[in-house]
Amino acid sequence: MSLPGSLLFRPGSLPGTVIPLQPEMPAPAADGGCASAPVLRERGQREVFCGLTGIVWLHRKIQDAFFLVVGSRTCAHLIQSAAGVMIFAEPRFATAILDERDLAGLADANDELDRVVQRLLARRPDIRTLFLVGSCPSEVIKLDLSRAAERLTRQFLPRVRVLNYSGSGIETTFTQGEDACLAALVPTLPATGAAPGAAASSLLVVGTLPDVVEDQLAGLLERIGVPRVDFLPARRSSAPPAIGAGTRVLLAQPFVGETVRLLEERGAQRLPAPFPIGIEGTTAWLEAAAAAFGIGRAAVAEASASARARAQRALERQREVLEGRSIFFFPDSQLELPIARFLARELGMRLTEVGTPYLHRDHQAQELAWLPAGTRLSEGQDVERQLDRCREARPDLTVCGLGLANPLEAEGLTTKWAIELVFSPIHGYEQAGDLAELFARPLRRRALLSV
Amino acid sequence: MQLTLWTYEGPPHVGAMRIATALRDVHYVLHAPQGDTYADLLFTMIERRDRRPPVTYTTFQARDLGGDTAELFKTAAREAYERFRPQALLVGSSCTAELIQDDPGGLAQALQLPVPVVPLELPAYQRKENWGASETFYQLVRALAGKRREAPEAAESAGAAAQPGAAPRRPRCNLLGPTALGFRHRDDVTEVTRLLATLGIDVHVTAPLDAAAADIARLPEADFNVVLYPELALQAAQWLQRHHGQPFSRTVPIGVGATREFVAEVARLAGVDAGPALAAAASRSPWYARSVDSTYLTDKRVFVFGDATHAVAAARVAAQELGLRVVGIGTYSREFAREIREAAKLYDVEPLISDDYLEVEARIAELQPELVLGTQMERHIAKRLKLPCAVISAPVHVQDFPARYSPQMGFEGANVLFDTWVHPLMMGLEEHLLTMFREDFEFHDGAAASHLSHAGGPAPRPAPDLPEGAFRIEAAAPPAAVESLLDAGATPAAAAEAGPTTWSPDAQKELQKIPFFVRGKARRNTERFAAERGVHTITVETLYDAKAHFGR
Repeated sequence: MSLPGSLLFRPGSLPGTVIPLQPEMPAPAADGGCASAPVLRERGQREVFCGLTGIVWLHRKIQDAFFLVVGSRTCAHLIQSAAGVMIFAEPRFATAILDERDLAGLADANDELDRVVQRLLARRPDIRTLFLVGSCPSEVIKLDLSRAAERLTRQFLPRVRVLNYSGSGIETTFTQGEDACLAALVPTLPATGAAPGAAASSLLVVGTLPDVVEDQLAGLLERIGVPRVDFLPARRSSAPPAIGAGTRVLLAQPFVGETVRLLEERGAQRLPAPFPIGIEGTTAWLEAAAAAFGIGRAAVAEASASARARAQRALERQREVLEGRSIFFFPDSQLELPIARFLARELGMRLTEVGTPYLHRDHQAQELAWLPAGTRLSEGQDVERQLDRCREARPDLTVCGLGLANPLEAEGLTTKWAIELVFSPIHGYEQAGDLAELFARPLRRRALLSV
Repeated sequence: MQLTLWTYEGPPHVGAMRIATALRDVHYVLHAPQGDTYADLLFTMIERRDRRPPVTYTTFQARDLGGDTAELFKTAAREAYERFRPQALLVGSSCTAELIQDDPGGLAQALQLPVPVVPLELPAYQRKENWGASETFYQLVRALAGKRREAPEAAESAGAAAQPGAAPRRPRCNLLGPTALGFRHRDDVTEVTRLLATLGIDVHVTAPLDAAAADIARLPEADFNVVLYPELALQAAQWLQRHHGQPFSRTVPIGVGATREFVAEVARLAGVDAGPALAAAASRSPWYARSVDSTYLTDKRVFVFGDATHAVAAARVAAQELGLRVVGIGTYSREFAREIREAAKLYDVEPLISDDYLEVEARIAELQPELVLGTQMERHIAKRLKLPCAVISAPVHVQDFPARYSPQMGFEGANVLFDTWVHPLMMGLEEHLLTMFREDFEFHDGAAASHLSHAGGPAPRPAPDLPEGAFRIEAAAPPAAVESLLDAGATPAAAAEAGPTTWSPDAQKELQKIPFFVRGKARRNTERFAAERGVHTITVETLYDAKAHFGR
């Protein structure tokens, strides 16, 4: 029923009453989990998306922004393929496709870019922020998009602010594109003016969350008593959060390293915490926020009691399917560690290999400590070698990209598309059961089919 | 610099991937940055392929650019050869690698691999996917089938009375053009192979789909080539004709008429009699088109868009075999613009040569067709404009790989065309029945669908005296829902435009007599008609004036 070594939910408690927490978070294994475990670093063919893909969710989140990729036909084709069936009459993203003339003369390329942007903004009076998004070709030919952004900002302010970042594959892996985008937003955020060493005055949650999840977490933090909570990115660029020495930063997503570095430069302080994935992660995440504002655990326990109880019930159903089953992660979004930790500790899955495209040891410190000792960690990718290891491990479930899923299914392995973990609401208590179900479904399906 | 929202074609190296993936034992080493592997999922997800495309990506990063990306390429090529042991290696650059100019061809040659290496030069900033596929296939054929045939032995030539006692062999041809990720290529190959068999013609090699490198080398042994998809195989066929003297077919057998011409053409190329095969040819579509129920198709306005081959063929089938009226035709492939311009002359319409999705949408909105035959892009346009649509051409979508047999070519292909194009339209019989039943006490638009009216109970059977069609209309959707769907077509802009016009009570009553599923359209047309003429109150008279104006 309940988790070994953890009594987050005590059966028999009345709904609505305060469920006492363990005096300590479940302690890391005696050896500190994977805190000092060796990491297999590989380089070779990477079967992952580039940072441009982040546009697919970023443009849904920042509702008055337009994303203009300056790139090649490949870039346009990639976003179209990643966006799948989401064909809108006029989406809030597009590609300015470079042609031979643009390559021949950079001066002309800048003129061409100005022309394209003018046409675009004339068509779309609703746009307040325009991101010029660099790509592999624009980086290689050294098309200076930051100067272009300054030039165009001068032209279009106050109506439109033009920013730039690179989502190129030579610099960013998949979710790192969001990091680059948010990092571009940091200099535009107003300053609170708080003096250095100021006490905590507001909480900034960094990393795109679906609106529904954002509202849930904001509600919890408010009930706990955190005085002010902002989110980055904000839904509308007209209402940016102010930052300064009193700002405490809590990461909703693990892939925002550069953004956090820039926020820290502006005086904000990051709160060390695991990610709000699963009951355990969400509770510790809320407690980190509470502690920063001098609020005790009891307030977290009280505010989250009913949600935790619901999540616990939801997980119990999925645990029947997942407990004892083995799982292998190919690298994809940097969410692999928190998700693997959740599956191991709250659902009893056995971790074989956990691959991640990039491991930020500092930001993932709590996650590493919580991973069961002996888990094989890998960073980067040589997809052929990793496939060899996967075939040898014969896991019950393999988490991988869409390019690998059907071929592995055809080999008899059961798979889970990694990209769904990025596009679906998975954070927080209310989504813990849904997240577990995403892993249970392929296993239940395999058991159902008899053809 | 071209502003692009959605593209019809990928970059040229994706075309090369379609060739490599179609072949059985050829590997493609692509000099490319991280992220270009997205293209794998086109094959594994859209086409549901059970194997990864045989492509190795070098995956260079920014930090490699100052160093030795050439060495990275050589390592990737060597390791790919050792792991996959292909019979031929394609090597080339994606758009970014083209800029760093590493010369994959030269680097791969330097590895001295024991298999043919075919370097591909695919200019990513000028060309697109279909061109890349065509060029790749052509280069591969040149490289693997380059050796000129020795003077053919007498016994080798078809039909010749060779050495005494030896039976003359049957004529044989190659099928050129089917690729991975092709629109119904898999089923077209089956259908055309069957068709050729009825003529006594053997298929020697089908390429590139499911062919081995050794099969490409055997291409010159056939008597002639059948070009199924000129966009992908014309260039190779022209080279085979020049170099090996192999003639090739020009007719693409889509539709009954074109299939009959195709049979006559290949019979001539093979030196066989087309008569028996033509006499035995059976397709239901000509009879279905003649059957009285199809009368309602007459002169329905159709807009056609796709690759040039499918668009030209579809326009011909629409006009000659279904009796529709082609009001517009276009293609996204500039390489084949001439074919579309010529077809446009036949139908006296303005050709649209464009890969700008917004331009295509604007043309469709302006022409107001009653049926759109296009690609997946036009399917989305049609959905927004609330027009019936059938897909006739790539770019493809997972729906374009149906589980069932569903060719576009040959006599069976013609049947498939009839079904898939006509089904989105309202059946003629249904139109008549709805007129007959309008204002009926059971069929008025306020009535719930009969299968919903007894909660929990089994769906009631249709009344025995009602023909099949009537039940289908009723059961298809709750009528109110259908009307709201149609009415949803009135955009806010249109509603605002129609703001000042009001309906007189009589006209309102008359409008209610129009069958619910066309009522929304009638209302919109009438309001537009009134607005254009400054009529503020729509009377019964206005309603019928508008009907006369829009009716053709």
